[in-house]
Amino acid sequence: MVVFKKPHALSDVPLHYCPGCTHGIVHRLVAEVIDELGIEGKTIGIAPVGCSVMAYNYFECDMIEAAHGRAPAVATGVKRANPDNIVFTYQGDGDLASIGTAETVHSAARNENITVIFINNAIYGMTGGQMAPTSLPGQVTQTSPYGRDVNLCGYPVKICEMLAQLDGPEYLERVTVNNVKQIKNAKRAIKKAFQNQIDGKGFSLIEVISSCPTNWGMTPQAALKWIDEKMIPYYPLGVYKDRSAEKKEDKQ
Amino acid sequence: MNKLTFRTDNCKGCGLCVDVCPKKVLALAEDVINKKGHHPVTAVNPEACIACAFCATMCPDCIIEVEKGV
Repeated sequence: MVVFKKPHALSDVPLHYCPGCTHGIVHRLVAEVIDELGIEGKTIGIAPVGCSVMAYNYFECDMIEAAHGRAPAVATGVKRANPDNIVFTYQGDGDLASIGTAETVHSAARNENITVIFINNAIYGMTGGQMAPTSLPGQVTQTSPYGRDVNLCGYPVKICEMLAQLDGPEYLERVTVNNVKQIKNAKRAIKKAFQNQIDGKGFSLIEVISSCPTNWGMTPQAALKWIDEKMIPYYPLGVYKDRSAEKKEDKQ
Repeated sequence: MNKLTFRTDNCKGCGLCVDVCPKKVLALAEDVINKKGHHPVTAVNPEACIACAFCATMCPDCIIEVEKGV
């Protein structure tokens, strides 16, 4: 009996990510969810700019490459033109939380019926480890060699908390993938985000706290530990908004 | 007997699977270099495998296939 094998929706090509990068895990979880929901033939993915820019090579569904940060805007167009298709974006923090903040906030406020997978690794990976909007206070990066100075650079952007203030979005959850238990939990969250779209409920965003061993300057093992020690205290995991559940509670 | 299959050429030798295995089945093959130039993972103690698939769940490159009772 096969207990585990590569999901069909994940292409059979080597991923270009650095050793130990958790992007690969999240790619696989998305592909597994697409397989389980049986939506490979009608799913359209929107790839971002950043490390995951070549995500279009890694999924067997149709993919579109969006301009930097504009994935939710492209997804909005695709979904409105083809409401029967399942549309998801896969974006990093430099894409979604920096140049694409406007697109993210407004597509959430409009409650567009799309699924957003947001990879937060607190750094710009592809360009060589510069400070990102999500870098932690005091975090050493290429452009903050003495640690992020909050007096000079301000504080990190907490996307889930920020979007939870809006009445628009249907579902917001922050998960991580630094151990097996958390990976299973992340898969459940991603599946819910896709199911919400199939049910026509609206905007779902799953923020995945990820590691960047290369630019954090750590071994893959130390990077996963650093997520537990530094990232999660600043970015607490959990569901930030679940409008359907809130409505049910109101009725009771 | 449980069977582990590795797509060795795609392995980047990050070792996340080695650490997560509860039965210490896996190790990086220090004497082998794959096409990508990494020491790939190998099963040094395959009889101990309980097919929990923790290794495959943790693998960022999806190179491990796990079969139970082969």
